[in-house]
Amino acid sequence: MSKIVKVSGPTVQADKMSGCFMHEMARIGSEELLGEVILIEGDTATIQVYEDTQGLKIGDSVVRTGELLSVELGPGLLGSIFDGTQRPLPLLAEGLGDFISRGAEVESLDRNRKRRFTPSVKKGDTVTAGSELGFVQETEMIRHPILVPVGAGGVVAEIGEGDFCITDVIARLENGAEISMLRKWSVRLPRPTAGRLPFNVPLLTGQRILDTLFPIAEGGSAIIPGGFGTGKTVLEQTIAKHANADIIIYIGCGERGNEMAEVLREFPELEDPHTGKPLMERTILIANTSNMPVAAREASIYTGMTIAEYYRDLGYRVALMADSTSRWAEALREISSRLEEMPGEEGYPTYLSSRLGAFYERAGRAKCLGRPNESGSITVIGAVSPPGGDFSEPVTQASMRIASTFWALDYDLAHQRHFPAINWLTSYSLTAPMLAKWYAENGRPNWMEMVKEVNALLQREEELSEIVKIIGLDAMGEKERIEIESARIFREGYLRQSSYHSTDAFCSLNRQAKLPELFLDYARMITKATDEGMPLEDILSAPMAESLLRLKEVSEDGIEEAVGKIKEKMDSYFKRGGEA
Amino acid sequence: MKNLLTKEYKTVSTVKGPLIFVSDVRGAALGEMVGIKLENGETRSGQIIELNRKTAVIQVFGFTDSISPDTTSVVFREQSARINLSPLILGRVFSGAGEPIDGGDPIAPRIRRDIHGTAINPVRRESPRDFIQTGISTIDGMNTLVRGQKLPIFSGAGLPANEIVSHIVTGAKVSRAEETFAIVFAGMGITAREAEFFRNAFDSSGAREHSVAFLNLAEDPVIERLLTPRYALTVAEYLAFDLGMQVLVVLTDMTHYCNALREVASSREEIPGRRGYPGYMYTDLASIYERAGRIKGKAGSITQLPVVTMPDDDITHPIADLTGYITEGQIVLDRGLHRKGVFPPINVLPSLSRLMNQGIGDGKTREDHRQWADQLYMFYARGIEQRKVAAIIGEEGLTELDREYLKFTDEFESRFVHQGMYSRAIEETMELGWRLFETLPETELVRISREMIAKYRVKHGEHKT
Repeated sequence: MSKIVKVSGPTVQADKMSGCFMHEMARIGSEELLGEVILIEGDTATIQVYEDTQGLKIGDSVVRTGELLSVELGPGLLGSIFDGTQRPLPLLAEGLGDFISRGAEVESLDRNRKRRFTPSVKKGDTVTAGSELGFVQETEMIRHPILVPVGAGGVVAEIGEGDFCITDVIARLENGAEISMLRKWSVRLPRPTAGRLPFNVPLLTGQRILDTLFPIAEGGSAIIPGGFGTGKTVLEQTIAKHANADIIIYIGCGERGNEMAEVLREFPELEDPHTGKPLMERTILIANTSNMPVAAREASIYTGMTIAEYYRDLGYRVALMADSTSRWAEALREISSRLEEMPGEEGYPTYLSSRLGAFYERAGRAKCLGRPNESGSITVIGAVSPPGGDFSEPVTQASMRIASTFWALDYDLAHQRHFPAINWLTSYSLTAPMLAKWYAENGRPNWMEMVKEVNALLQREEELSEIVKIIGLDAMGEKERIEIESARIFREGYLRQSSYHSTDAFCSLNRQAKLPELFLDYARMITKATDEGMPLEDILSAPMAESLLRLKEVSEDGIEEAVGKIKEKMDSYFKRGGEA
Repeated sequence: MKNLLTKEYKTVSTVKGPLIFVSDVRGAALGEMVGIKLENGETRSGQIIELNRKTAVIQVFGFTDSISPDTTSVVFREQSARINLSPLILGRVFSGAGEPIDGGDPIAPRIRRDIHGTAINPVRRESPRDFIQTGISTIDGMNTLVRGQKLPIFSGAGLPANEIVSHIVTGAKVSRAEETFAIVFAGMGITAREAEFFRNAFDSSGAREHSVAFLNLAEDPVIERLLTPRYALTVAEYLAFDLGMQVLVVLTDMTHYCNALREVASSREEIPGRRGYPGYMYTDLASIYERAGRIKGKAGSITQLPVVTMPDDDITHPIADLTGYITEGQIVLDRGLHRKGVFPPINVLPSLSRLMNQGIGDGKTREDHRQWADQLYMFYARGIEQRKVAAIIGEEGLTELDREYLKFTDEFESRFVHQGMYSRAIEETMELGWRLFETLPETELVRISREMIAKYRVKHGEHKT
């Protein structure tokens, strides 16, 4: 019988463990706390414990389960809220009350609920891993195909139709295999696909600065690094609300309890802007707040990713938000230090970057296994919380080397309450060039040129602002004053976007196609007016400037008209040399 | 109360900093409290923080002087640190280790709870959204505090953080009158003078009888500080979630707490993180700060006001940094404003309340509140920028508009931020903000909708002082 020989922080060491394997689950102590083997030395194994280790004693029993840490997959995941090891939090609350005490074991998916299964194959059909056996309507929008499990296949001997629980057998194959709707999958093992697909479709977020300047591809990965108070969480939540993904997996990894409470209050009430259904119907939340056990925090991002892969394999576009990957890295560091491993940079284990890499590489667009005409994707958006807002730290640096899109949050912008506080000079999207074709086919033929022009405008402002700091704005030349004014109006009127304003929070592609051109037209027009000798004061006091800044208050229906009006006014004002 | 003394060991093998190692231990549990008996009959307490084979590592909540492997014995108490709770706890003063120090009797053990607490299930949390009026314009107007929030004060040595905190807790108002308030005060490593200051503030405002204080003074054992906030928060949870009270918790000074944490970590020869603080400090601080909040179906709330003294005023110092990542915003004090005689010297630019939006607006404060605050932020940020430029090139080098921004900024600091000990109602704060907007042309009010401008803008000439 294995017994505990050492208890240190979130880890325990057990003896007589020979025969155990890496990442095997174990049950620890009289309360049978869940743990996972993370180090084997001779017949001693070190186990990270997914619950609080207070009260554990030397000599307490350790029981091997023979299984890897895995999650349950099947109809009923949507709308759920789990902890880091996929225990449904509402069920925990029913059993334990308002506070989470230890040792509770609950099933991730409801075993008793019956769902209507409609078959898509018939007796005698040959099926392979990934083939669709039938489907369940999980929510109004989500048709949930039931696929042949990975590793199975053969000729259908029997197929059910009607109401089933997820553990009921819905199909039998001639080789004797019995298939239900419930799947289990080890969280640390990526699920197989039939091959990757290129990044050529953007995931639209409804955020102007992102979709216009730094778009993320479906299947790509983005990181949002930023010091505290720069708006990482608000940006993650805003994208979760507005992105045109089919499924959102939101992982609150080591973050605030009140934030999760806010998401839980808001999401059931909000509408999915693309389908009009409650947002919660397309969302799965994983909440392992900062005061919940550290080891479960480490597991939470894998739990989320495995669920994301499952929906990708069903053929859906999944967006996975991880807030914050730094807290995951810290959990890794804490456990590593308990193992007395030789530390790398800033105490993080030397395998930090390979683990991060392996995680982000589970993102992607792929052909579905067994159904090569279907495809699904996982887009990962990870928040990073660098200490002191210093991007040179290991987690930010390691993440930057992997993620294709970099949205850098900036203290100065946040202090001015310019949100989203994304720094337009340091952010980038490596997938943007691959998306140009899509933008061209969707009514934005000049998108790349427009982005170049905007970048030039913003870069120029940055250079000029250095000079302004030395000699003052008043001493700048007229041409430079105009350049600064053009950039200011673009920043304030277009890049700044309020996620709390009912109209402004989401910006449609249609709107994003019109507005940048209008702002650039204005910039060209005032430059021309200066060249033609129009007095600077008249240009700077042009009444259209304020209208441009207020365009974000105009509703979707009125935008066409508002843009037209501003254009007319611009034309006449500058043609007549400043007379309104 | 007598503890059930079951196992006594005379096998202390090592004494090192605040730690002792006891060998040949059987059946001891992680987190268990121990009594340490010295040769002279004195007893100190400690807690098991690691178990390795037959050795227990114990952190001693007192001084380790006079502890000797030869003469000291250790008694295992078979339970973690606990506190007795009853409604009679209001008005009492305890040491940082939970012993009464006000001359009164120990609390009768009606309810006994583990001071480490457990996490509130996120699905049982009620999201905080009730406005708390502190009377301070820069907080109520621009960084609104709501019930159930944790909002730290980031201070520097010599800045009046304690004055601000006591001003808030003794004067805080919420909209409903029938509710009961309580203050739980945890002093960690504070000086006798600071303790005296709070005592006087509580006495003179009449807050004493609905407050509970835990005092670990600068001269008290350092490691005891690791228990102090946990005792305080266990009491706060009892008052809020058992008795339904609105509890404000003051934790001062978290910097001393973190330094105690570092001391234990270095004695354990742990691999240090930034500036020698342990890698798990984030998790440890979260186990304190996350005990703020509200619970569905319960009337009470816990609002935390921790004080963090930033060494060298450095906001990137690990203590301030990790705190900022866990708490729902921060109120940052500024040495420059303090020198100018501004009270409270709150710099609004780096300050933030993440829960502000949930506590303001129509029906709570006023419909224009959010836009109004955004506009103040934008004006002040621009004015500060212009002040830097003016310092280099002189005011004459600025455009006329920028000079108006400078004027706004000066008035903002001297009339809006500065208010002395006077408390302003939220209406008064907002009115003052609108008056300050008059310094600038209306076309600059781009963060406020036209509708709100029409409704609330003070017309030229009106109200001018």
